[in-house]
Amino acid sequence: MRSKAETIESAIASISDGDTIMVGGFGVPGTPFCLLDELARQGQKHLTLIKNDANEAGMGVDHLLQNGQIDRLVVSHIGLNANATKMMNEGRVEVEFCPQGILAERIRCAGAGLFGFLTDIGIDTILAEGKPRVEVDGRELLLEKPLKADFALLHAHNADPLGNLVYAAAAQNFSPLMAMAADRVIVEIEQLLASGELQPATIHTPAPFVDVLVELPALTAQYGVLRRGR
Amino acid sequence: MDARERMLRIAAREIQEGMTVNLGIGLPTQLVNYLDPAMSICLHSENGITGVGPVLDFDKADRNLIDAGGAYVSTLPGAAFFDSAVSFAMVRSGRIDLTVLGAFEVAMNGDLANWMVPGVFAAGVGGGMELAQKARRVVILMTHRDRHGKSKIVRECSLPISAAACVHSIYTDMAVIDVADEGLILRMIAEGVTVDEVIDSTAAPLQIPQQPVPSF
Repeated sequence: MRSKAETIESAIASISDGDTIMVGGFGVPGTPFCLLDELARQGQKHLTLIKNDANEAGMGVDHLLQNGQIDRLVVSHIGLNANATKMMNEGRVEVEFCPQGILAERIRCAGAGLFGFLTDIGIDTILAEGKPRVEVDGRELLLEKPLKADFALLHAHNADPLGNLVYAAAAQNFSPLMAMAADRVIVEIEQLLASGELQPATIHTPAPFVDVLVELPALTAQYGVLRRGR
Repeated sequence: MDARERMLRIAAREIQEGMTVNLGIGLPTQLVNYLDPAMSICLHSENGITGVGPVLDFDKADRNLIDAGGAYVSTLPGAAFFDSAVSFAMVRSGRIDLTVLGAFEVAMNGDLANWMVPGVFAAGVGGGMELAQKARRVVILMTHRDRHGKSKIVRECSLPISAAACVHSIYTDMAVIDVADEGLILRMIAEGVTVDEVIDSTAAPLQIPQQPVPSF
């Protein structure tokens, strides 16, 4: 059986300047910090990054922003990262905002091999500007286009050697959708189990969506509970 | 008990047995502290949880379990985890009975502005647009006036809106106001505040019922 395991260096080295990358996670849970840190180390530039948020200052995606590796962000919000907001306001990174569920659905849409969907979300707002309008049964709707990527960088709790994935608790969020919508899906995992150890009914992402597994030797501090002031 | 606390206590009555509820980040999240613990409700969090339980101390926190506001939460028996597409399918298809949100401005027709102040605050809408547009009932919890004393209840929103004509009721530190087809109707008034003070602090026409307005 061919193993999908690779070193983190070779997995990330397949990313080129100018690529579009989806990154799983909503806040800390699900963010593939080690893959992002390796991407920051290798330094690929002019990236478009699709993610729910831009993490917090000094964490994950923020390292890529600070390095000037990201030209464009497609996100639902960046409110927790003052650095990202500053860079946006100074014109150093282009930001496209999507309502959170529309962002998820555009990714799912690409992953499902579809070419768009119709919605009334945001139709009365400035986010509707520039979106094609389609009339169906007398009702005006917005056409939302699919979001595809060259790569998806994900974090999963468990995987088997084939690449079947299980996510923990709220770490699931965007990952199962992104796993379907990228040409090459790289997943860092906390624990690699033997084939057959995962119960088929519990698998969140089936193996055919997964290309590369990177087993993490240990979790770094950034995966831990973030002790913010209350 | 100060006006803010009384506002939270009265707004918490919006949450009824058996409802599926989404509480916005900040003040709305605090409503859980004013609920009857015996009541069974289902709290939804945008990042993919139903059955959200109380916030935990850092020492007891699960690193993979936060709510949409980033607080480390627990889950109640019967909780479920799901992906973000499922989470918003739940919102858009009308499974959320009630959402309580904050606001910068609410217009007399129920238009809501709560995501952007051009040039000042523009960090993205998150899930707020879908909640405002698709929850079955949309309740706003906010201060009546902004920091400069300006009414946040207006004839027309000056800020970019999140959703049109979506707000059902407004709870402030001064009053409870319903958004009806015929306009804004004063339902309750904070203790120590007069009807005239509410009218003066509201930059939109306000209908005052004939009968005495109850206080909270």
